[in-house]
Amino acid sequence: MIIIKCPYCGDRDHSEFSYGSDASIVYPSLDAPEKDWVEAVFFRENIKGIQRETWQHSNGCRMWLEVERSTITHEIKSVKPCHTQLQKVFEK
Amino acid sequence: MTRFNAWNVIKNGFNGNSGWSRQWRDPEPKASYDAVIVGGGLHGLATAYYLAKNHNMHNVAVLEKGWIGGGNAGRNTTIVRSNYMMPGNREFYEHTLRLWENLSHDLNYNVMFSQRSHVLLINNPGALDSFARRYNTMRLTGSDGELWDLNKLKNKIPHLNYDNGRFPILGAIVQPRAGNARHDSAVWGYARAADSLGVDILQNCEVTGVTRKNGSIESLQTTRGDIKGKKIGFAVAGHTSVLWQMAELGNLPIESHKLQAFVTEAVKPLLDCVLIYAPAGAAHFYISQTNKGSMVFGGELDWYKSYAQRGNLPTVKENGEGAMAIMPCLGKLRLLRHWAGVMDMSMDGSFFMCKTPVENLYLNAGWNYGGFKASPASGWYFADLIANERPHKVIANHNLERFEKGINIDESGSGPDPKMHG
Repeated sequence: MIIIKCPYCGDRDHSEFSYGSDASIVYPSLDAPEKDWVEAVFFRENIKGIQRETWQHSNGCRMWLEVERSTITHEIKSVKPCHTQLQKVFEK
Repeated sequence: MTRFNAWNVIKNGFNGNSGWSRQWRDPEPKASYDAVIVGGGLHGLATAYYLAKNHNMHNVAVLEKGWIGGGNAGRNTTIVRSNYMMPGNREFYEHTLRLWENLSHDLNYNVMFSQRSHVLLINNPGALDSFARRYNTMRLTGSDGELWDLNKLKNKIPHLNYDNGRFPILGAIVQPRAGNARHDSAVWGYARAADSLGVDILQNCEVTGVTRKNGSIESLQTTRGDIKGKKIGFAVAGHTSVLWQMAELGNLPIESHKLQAFVTEAVKPLLDCVLIYAPAGAAHFYISQTNKGSMVFGGELDWYKSYAQRGNLPTVKENGEGAMAIMPCLGKLRLLRHWAGVMDMSMDGSFFMCKTPVENLYLNAGWNYGGFKASPASGWYFADLIANERPHKVIANHNLERFEKGINIDESGSGPDPKMHG
């Protein structure tokens, strides 16, 4: 079991969470060339190592989290809320 | 290589089995080859075999970082079927099933292909309509499919849990020609047959670097020295992205996820088909019995991206629940082993077999859940692609450009989320 430390709920089993996807994806502007959209929607770096990714605490507080995790060992380096305003709240 | 036939079996029965030669050589790498296939799994070995057999290319090497068949070839549930519906996939998987049907004779090696039928249980009227459409479409391409009503299903498999109020069993959609094969035999059969046609199988030979020059790959750095190839093929499944980035080619429409499977202790004959229980949104469970008597089963991915070849406990529980939901008689069986394989899950659930931005590099990847069954046709079409330098019309859309063209080959209609294509 992977233990994810939810900023609001504390240490919880990963079965309480839903995996989102790669958190490094930045969607281009709506008028960006189609090539940029194809790259953002369909292409992935698929990192073997430490990856930034999103998880939602779907069976808990339902907060979306940004997690740094090793895709080799599943070790978690950091957890923070995805929402920038919430990040500031939890930093305090 | 000594051929397997009745005469040799009888002869060696009298001389203490001393007349058999080794199954394949253990050659030293040559400096260069006409074609180098990276990945000594089923796909890589099959590609080398068909390059030699169908295209008269004998100066071929297969590079394997560990031992052949030590990756996903040994981490699957050995199911062979061709119940795909999308154009391209349909012809491809029907071709693979036909190759399996004659594979033991073709390779002179018993791959223990057993056409015991693939029985997919139907739990609601919507699924019935959807599968009737799918299997009728398959039949148009010369494949086989049958719809079993509840009486026939109960007659064929009486010991399922038919008393399920939430997900009642209405019947089953069946592919009688589908079944199981023995995974190691397929690996060894392809290795032995390819080796006898001159292919060098280089084990413990990990690619550690890729040297590019003038738009093509000049050589591969490996743990057994530099190896040059006029043509290079990548067939490394879950580690495709790693190799792709080693060649400085950027991102791929692939994520690596892990899929677990389980083996129980052996029991007397209990199930003579491949059985699937997959009510939408509730479970995904498939089970069959090996020739030794063990029950082999599996289910969903672990739901998060991973390169670890080991699974996590919530999925073990889910699979156990799947087993108990459909065959409660399994409840007291003990698990002997379970494992996870690294799946190259693609953005639309279909594979890639195509030319690449590098002139002499060819890609074979994105097999999702379907790599084992696909391996004979994968080798056949990949060899065809490498030898003729153009995609066969069956795989014409299985390339990296299909997303920007809007021709996604999405069997399940799940959209661009790799983990949903299980």
